[in-house]
Formats: sequence, structure tokens, C-alpha cells
Amino acid sequence: MEQVIDILSGLCIAAGIVALITGSLGLIRLPDLFSRTHAVGMMDTAGVGFIILGLIIHEGFTLVSVKLALVGIFLFFTSPIATHAVAQVAYRAGLKPVLEEDRTGGKSGAGQAGPKARASRKAPGKAAGKKAAGKKAATKKASGKKAGGKR
Amino acid sequence: MMFAAGLAACAVALVLALVRAMRGPTAFDRLLAVNAIGTTVILGIALHGYVLGRPEFVDISILYAIINFIGTFAVLKLFDTGGLGDSGGRAKPDLPSGEEGQ
Repeated sequence: MEQVIDILSGLCIAAGIVALITGSLGLIRLPDLFSRTHAVGMMDTAGVGFIILGLIIHEGFTLVSVKLALVGIFLFFTSPIATHAVAQVAYRAGLKPVLEEDRTGGKSGAGQAGPKARASRKAPGKAAGKKAAGKKAATKKASGKKAGGKR
Repeated sequence: MMFAAGLAACAVALVLALVRAMRGPTAFDRLLAVNAIGTTVILGIALHGYVLGRPEFVDISILYAIINFIGTFAVLKLFDTGGLGDSGGRAKPDLPSGEEGQ
């Protein structure tokens, strides 16, 4: 029984470690504030949730595990609120999301996607379908040569 | 053993978020990175208690979680309205979108 508990808590903490490292790498690598919020959200939900769950499983039902659950519940509710507030204030302050023409750097091959992307930048929300269609090609092109290294 | 690995992962995540906080292009990037640093510190305190065999350190985690939340909102209000006092809503009028790009 003890071994089962150890294995379960170890697995949960390993999943939390993976989520933490992935989220922090995304915080470095992603090109934009609005995409970095996704990485931070991953750290705040998956990382915190799994690590706290692993600690609770290891601890059993004591006062400390209740406090751990309190930390987990508090972070589960407050960190998405904080992330959303950051994104909302940044958008209201005039920060614009990076669209696909910025990822290719205006280089060759994206000729037909260029004007379309510029049009969709002026009217965000209208050209969602076009954006999704053009995004695949853009990310494929940019993934080879170190996208977003400048930022 | 697994707790020490989790502590090391927290340290790595903290360093990466610190890099983003130092070279973020806008202030909001830095604020987001500071929020992530706070989260990793909360986890690090809880794991540190288990590594040293004193799980009562979770109390400090609770306190740090509350301070992190309040602090993020205080800095956001400072960015948004330009002050921390009660200004009866937003002090600045609505910016026309797209003119104040950074």
C-alpha cells in the first residue's frame, strides 16, 4: 500500500514537473504576450495542480494536506483571473496580437498571405477562418529557422 | 527523491521566467513573468518543506499565494489608471484601439 502511494505521488509530481518546464519554455519561446499567457496558464493549472495533488497523496489526510488543498484551490481560481486581467489591460493599452505575417518576417513564400494578413490585422475577429488557414503554412515555415529569436 | 526533482524543476522554471522578466519587451510581459515566478516560488516553498522534513512550510505558501494575487492586481491597476487610489472607475478615457501601439 505504501509503495502504491509512493508511486502515485511520484507520477503526479513528474507530470507537474513536465507541465512546469513546458510552460516556462513556452514563456521564453512564444512570440507575443497573448500567446505567453497560454504558457503561464499551463504552469498555473497543470503544474500547480499536479504537484499539489502529488503532495496531498503523499501526505494522507492531515492538517497539512488540508492546507495544501487550500493553496491548490486558491491558485486554481485566482491565477486564471490574474492572467486574464493582464491580457485585458494589455489589450486596452493598445498592444496588438502578433499575426502570421510577423512570424515569417515578410520573407519569400508568404506573398499571398501578406495582404490578407494585413487586412485581418485591421479587423480582428472577422477573418478568423482565413487566419486559421494561413497559420499552418506560416508556422511550418517559421519553425525551421528559429522563429521569434528577436523577441 | 521526487520532491528534490520537483524542487529542481521549480528552480529551472524560475530562472526561465526570470529571463523573460528581464528582457520582456513590454511591461505586461514582465508582469506576467513575475506572476509565473510567484507561482513557482509557492510550489518551491511547499516542496522545500517536504525535502527538509518540515511540511509546516505550507503556511508560508498560502500567504505567498494571497500576496502574489493582490500584488499582480495592484500593479495592473497602476498600469491601467495611473494610480492606486479610488478614482471612481478608470481615470483615462478609452484609447482608440491601434493608435497607442508599442
